Amino acid sequence: MTDSDKRAHHDMGGLPAGPVDRSEHETVFWEKRIDAIMTLLTGKERRLLCVDELRRGIESLGPEAYDKLSYYERWIASIAGTLVEKSVLTQEEIDARIEELRASRDSQT
Amino acid sequence: MTARFTPGDPVTVESRYPTGHCRTPYYIRGMTGVIERICGQFPNPEDLAYGRDGLPRRALYRVRFRQTEIWPDYAGARDDSVDIEIFEHWLRPPANEDK
Repeated sequence: MTDSDKRAHHDMGGLPAGPVDRSEHETVFWEKRIDAIMTLLTGKERRLLCVDELRRGIESLGPEAYDKLSYYERWIASIAGTLVEKSVLTQEEIDARIEELRASRDSQT
Repeated sequence: MTARFTPGDPVTVESRYPTGHCRTPYYIRGMTGVIERICGQFPNPEDLAYGRDGLPRRALYRVRFRQTEIWPDYAGARDDSVDIEIFEHWLRPPANEDK
């Protein structure tokens, strides 16, 4: 087994990564919304999801998606996937809602 | 429930490579450090990650490692350390061949 077989893609502590970008950036509305969704799903009233499931979902995205997606994009991909897995939502429901939102956006422009 | 280790005990991190979720960083596996404190007893995240209850709770420790022992080319001060929170089932007493 080689080093890269044993090391999970996200587990990159100590690997060369270049300089750290320390610049501040705005948190935009959709990002705050995803954060709020996570808070609601993990809250005492619902407990539909826990942070370890969120992490596991992010770690399971695959190297390509993991590198391509931004921080909150990884969150929402994991949240959606885990909710489907747990039968809280179906993939069809998610896809239908995306279509609906896309159509309403397109009709506004 | 009791904790197997107490502050000051040397411990070696298991060299395990599970394919599922775990919170023990790759770079620290196989390394030896010292128990800095017992953080408490918590549900096992390796179990919680798959929708289960994570019970029984496991002891979680803060373990202190010397940076110079972890990174062969570490350029900082000799006393620099890194603290990592590690669950009990990832720790064992060091064997003679551990360093």
